[in-house]
Order: sequence, then C-alpha cells, then structure tokens
Amino acid sequence: MTASTLPDSGANAGSARRPNPEESLRIFGMSMQQFRRSSVIVGLLIILLLPFTVEDFAVFQMTQVIYLSIAVLGLNLLTGFNGQFSLGHSAFMALGAYTAGIMMAQWEIAYYWTIIPAGVICFAAGFLFGLPALRLEGLYLALATFALATATPQLLKYEHFEPWTGGVQGLDLFKDDSPIAFLSNDQWWYYFSLFFGVLLFIGAWNLVRGRTGRAMIAIRDNPIAASTMGINTSVYKATTFGVSGFYCGVAGALSAIVVEFIAPESFTIIHAILLLIAMVIGGLASIPAAIIGGAFILYMPNFSEAVVDAFFAGDPSSKALVWVSFGVVMIIVVYIMPMGVAGFIRWNVQKLARRG
Amino acid sequence: MGKTYTLTSGATVAFLAGIGVAVAGNAPGVTDTEIKIGNTNPYSGPASVYSTIGKSISACFAEVNDTGGINGRKINFITYDDGYSPPKTKEQIRKLVEKDKVALTFQTLGTPTNSAIHRYMNKKKVPHLFVATGATKWGQPDKFPWTMGFQPNYQTIGRIFGNYILQNHPKSKVAVLFQNDDYGKDYVIGVKDAMGDQYAKMVVKEESYEVTDPTVASQIISLKNSGADVLVNISIPKFAAQAIKKMDAIGWKPVHLLNDVAATIKATYTPAGLDKSKGILSVTYLKDPNDPEWANDPEIKAWRAFMTKYYPKGDRANAFNVYGWAVCSLMIDVLERAGDNLSRDNIMKMAASFKKFRVRGTLPGIVANTGPADFYPVEQMQMVRFDGKGNVRFGPIISAETSSE
Repeated sequence: MTASTLPDSGANAGSARRPNPEESLRIFGMSMQQFRRSSVIVGLLIILLLPFTVEDFAVFQMTQVIYLSIAVLGLNLLTGFNGQFSLGHSAFMALGAYTAGIMMAQWEIAYYWTIIPAGVICFAAGFLFGLPALRLEGLYLALATFALATATPQLLKYEHFEPWTGGVQGLDLFKDDSPIAFLSNDQWWYYFSLFFGVLLFIGAWNLVRGRTGRAMIAIRDNPIAASTMGINTSVYKATTFGVSGFYCGVAGALSAIVVEFIAPESFTIIHAILLLIAMVIGGLASIPAAIIGGAFILYMPNFSEAVVDAFFAGDPSSKALVWVSFGVVMIIVVYIMPMGVAGFIRWNVQKLARRG
Repeated sequence: MGKTYTLTSGATVAFLAGIGVAVAGNAPGVTDTEIKIGNTNPYSGPASVYSTIGKSISACFAEVNDTGGINGRKINFITYDDGYSPPKTKEQIRKLVEKDKVALTFQTLGTPTNSAIHRYMNKKKVPHLFVATGATKWGQPDKFPWTMGFQPNYQTIGRIFGNYILQNHPKSKVAVLFQNDDYGKDYVIGVKDAMGDQYAKMVVKEESYEVTDPTVASQIISLKNSGADVLVNISIPKFAAQAIKKMDAIGWKPVHLLNDVAATIKATYTPAGLDKSKGILSVTYLKDPNDPEWANDPEIKAWRAFMTKYYPKGDRANAFNVYGWAVCSLMIDVLERAGDNLSRDNIMKMAASFKKFRVRGTLPGIVANTGPADFYPVEQMQMVRFDGKGNVRFGPIISAETSSE
C-alpha cells in the first residue's frame, strides 16, 4: 500500500519523513497496530466459538470455507504476491484430494496422516510444473495452467489409474467419528481443518513479511530489477509455485476428508475459475482476504440462488438466472470495491482512523 | 422431558424443531398442510442440459398444488443448484435435510453427485427416492435401504442389445463405440454380460471417446476398417449425430444399435439427417414428443396441456420434459398411498410396493413394479426402428425385472 491510495495522503505527503504514514493514525483510541492485533484476536475468538452457536449443517459449511480459504490463499501467494497467473489450481486440489483419498480408501491409512503427504506431493508437483512455466509469462502461463485444469478430470478417469482412483465412480471415504466426546462430528472436522488453516495462514504471514516475501513481491513488480539486485528469479518463482501447490494440496486433502467422497467432477475447470474469482473478490496480495474469498466461493452461489428464488418464486424457468444473478453481484462488487473486499475494508478503516 | 422420551425418535426431532405434526411419527417437513420435498439439479455447469428435468418436476408439483395437493397437503418442492459438483451436492443436501427439514429427496440428478450423498442419506435414514441416473448401483435394498432408482439402468439396456445380437446376428462381427465414463462403461458391462464368451469372439473392435472430444470421426473410420457389420453405439446425441453423418459419408452401413439416450428425433436424427438415420435400432421406454405416432395420444396431449399451463418456457420437443412429468407421477402415487401416515419408514414402504403402476408418458404396456428386494421401478423397454419419421416399435415389451443385484 502506498501513501497515494490513502484519502488523507495530501496532508501526509509534505510533512511525513517516515515512509509509513500509518504510524500516527489512531482508530477507536488505538494505534493501527493495536487495532490490527485486536481485530485478529477478536476474529480468532469468533472463529473458535462459532461452531457452538450454530447447527451442524452450518458448521459443515464453515469447514468447507476453511479449506477453500486455504486454497485461495495458496493461489494468492502465487498470483497476488508473485504475479504468476494460474487457472489450474483445481488440479492441485485434485492431486491433494486423491492423495489423501487413495491413502485412506486403498491403503487404509488414518485420515490425519494424509494431510502432510498430500501437501508434499503437491509441493513437488507445483515445483516441477513451475520450472517449465518459467518460460511462460502472463497469458501464456494462464493458458498452460488452464490446460492442466481441463486435463486433470480426464486423467483421473484414465482406465489404468482406475484401481487407485476409482475412475468415474470416484472414491467413497470412510473415517472415524469425533474422538472428543463433547464435540459433534461436524465440530471435530471444523477444528481439525481449523488447526491446519491457522498453521498455514501464520506460515503465509511469515513468508510474505520476510526476505522471501520481499523477493517474491519484487519479482512481481519488476522481474528485471529483481534479478539485477541478485534475486534468483527462477528458483523463487518455481518455489512459489511449489508452496502454492502445497497449500492447495492440503486444501484438497481436507476437502476429501470433510466431504467423504471424491470424484473427477469435484475438480473441474469451473472450480479453478471460482478460486481465481474468489481471490480477486477477496483482494489480491492480502492474506486475510483469502478467508473472504473462501466464504465467497461457498456462500455466493447460494445467495444468488436465494435472490432468484425470492424474486421469481414459482416460475420453474427462473433457475437459469442463478448465474446471471451471480454475475450481477460480481460486477457490483468489482465496481464498488476495485481492490477487493479486503481492500475496501482497509480503505474504510483508514478513513475512520484519525491522526492522533 | 420424560414424556418426550416415550415418543419415537422421529417425533422427538420434529418436536424439538417445533414442527406441528398431525400424527406422531410423521417425517420432518410434514404438517397438516404441507409436505417438503428436496431436490438438487445442475442448473449451472457442464451438465446443465439436464436442468429442464428439475424445472419440469417443479412445474408438475405446481399443478398438483393447483388441484388441491395430495390428501389435502400441498407439496413444497425445494430444488437447489449443485452445478453437478459432488461437494456442492453434499452441502445442498445437508441444507435440505438439516436446515429446510425436508421429508425426503426426490430425483436428485447425476451419478457422481448421488454417489456423494448415497451413504449420508442412508445414515440419516431419509428416503432418497427415484434418483435421476441410470447407473446400476441405486437398487441395493440390503445395503442401502433408503435409496431407490427410477429408470431402466444402463446395464439392463446393454443386456437387451447383447441378446438382440446373439439372436438376430449370431455370425456377425461387432464394433462398439462408447463414451468413456460410468454411463458408457455400464452399458458395455451389460452387453458383455449378455453375450458371455461370444463377446470376445464377435467383437472385433472397441473404440471410446471422451465427452470433451470435438468429434468421433476417427473412431468411426477405425471401426469401419475393422470389417464389422454390427455397430453398438453408446453415445450422447451430439456424438451420435456425428457418427451417423460420418458413417453415411464413408458408406458404412452396419446394423446400427444406438442407445436410448441418443435415440431422439430432435436431438440426434434431425441434425444428422432423417434419411441418413433410417433403420437405426434402439430401445426406449418413454414416448418421444416429436414422434408422429403420439401426436394424438391422450397422455402426450395431457403433457402438452401441462407444459402450456405450468412450464410455458419449456421446450415441447425435449424428451427430458416428458421424463420429469413421468417420474413425478411415481412420487405423487407414493404420497397418495401413504395417506396420513407420512413417516419416512412408511414412505419407503410405499415406494417399495408399486404393483403394475402405469407410469404416464412411458410406452404403452410399461408399468412400474417394486418390492422389498426390487428397488428398480421401471425395467421394461421396447425395441424401436427409426423409419425416417418416427421410432417404430417392434417386438414385445422386454422385461428385465430383477429381484436385486
């Protein structure tokens, strides 16, 4: 964020010697840093307590939001922070989900052992895919990853993989009930997913704030300048692809465990496009935005459908309008919040804040 | 609370949910004035061509409600979009069962999507009725007592083709074209099953295509070059039309057995060319609304009137709309026979006790039969030959009644 995006940048521009104009801003009597910390703590408390206040079905939905957020975060690391486009992240989710699924269904390994292997395999796959992708920029990379996303469901159906993947029939996954008596199954899966979600969000936070993150962002902003300054762009780009794959792999494994079923149709190109949309709507290059993105993927189609049902109750043809409504809402969001929901919130917070 | 414990568990759930029930033990979602029925359909996504089934079923229940409902209860048909994505289906179904509290689900569409909820529905003991898929696994009352299919399954139809070849062309060379997915493979299993050892001897070439392929032209050339004189064609309308055109272009005229999915005049024969489609054999159980034979048929007339009044934007040439209207009659009959005892157990019991129930919109003579061990309602079909105008039925109604598989 640069000073010029702030509403009060004019006042700051002349006087501020320090590069960070937030230093002197105060909101609700707190400094910006305190405010940010307390929002994170309040947010975490809400996330922790929410499952006890809603019904199981809503907990199941929130669990899906967790793994979708992890996937959106993975994509955001690659696109938002490193500037590489991908239309193929459903493929990494599929790889992660099938790694977990095959371990559980074919080798009868307990579900909790499947998360890390799924992530590691997707890291390797992402890194290896990232190497040739180094030669591709922008739209060409988007096309290459698009091909990956369209090929994946077909590969999963390939007859020689069928003994493992279950082919078109998919894999039915069995798992044990909640090991903790006072938690319902849905609550247990929520906290199980949340554990990995929190770890990965903290990991991403540390990654982008450190030396690596600065290198990633430098490559995004100006690859030539970055390499002139001694950043090994190929290693960083391929590694970022790997890390992004890792996140999506874990998300895929969690999705397999939570939904208890995987099929090639679970990971179509539409899923990849939704991840991309969710990232943009949430906010590029923002970590908390991934949560908004995850929630968007899950709740937005339901919301569009509810809108259509409310307006056209009783007309059977109206169901065709669900994606029209989805599109309209999306256009509105992009117009009102060009920097994504996260950017919009940040902008408002800064508007509320006064120099103290 | 002591009093609550004496009630059955179903009633406890209803009691806690604050739903007024007429009879203790009625399913959730049932009141004196309403029955809630849940459904998922691919209103968006790759399979949205099927969504007109969900729409025609909505229209069917609108008609039921207009004419007084069922035993005084209106049907509240709640149908959600799942985009043909199994995780979304699971989410939507859980919403229907746990939040909307539907009494049952009806005609949830798709094989992978129904697979994702198969175990959930049976664990929750919610009737999962008349699913809209031809896969064979929906009729296993011993393992999945809450799930029931509807249409003749793909393996059954495959067996009909296999038997036809053995009886009428025992010395032929057979070529097989199939779509490389559950639907195509299920058919092939049926053909193999019927032909037994003969399959390996008679089939000279198998070719498959992916549903994402642009064309099947190369497969058709390769099948022709195998020297086959019988073609078993298991493809959806788009590819079936391509195959018919290509066969005409390269002058290959085998005995052409085309699966029922593609044996429709509007979707396949018209785009391929009616002349080029002459002589194609198929099996069917539904009346094709484009077939001149049914122009004055009372059922198809009733269906047209229904479409005009309740689903005016629906395509009157689309057989899927006949399908939705046909299967809807099964659901209505189950609820009518259940009367005021609308517990989930009783609903399943009624669904499993169809006795020669005439399913409107199906060919004359076709009836639905179910029993405690037979969860396949419609298992009869008839062979047809396309004469350039309509599908002319020949031979007897073929019954593939199974007890259970």
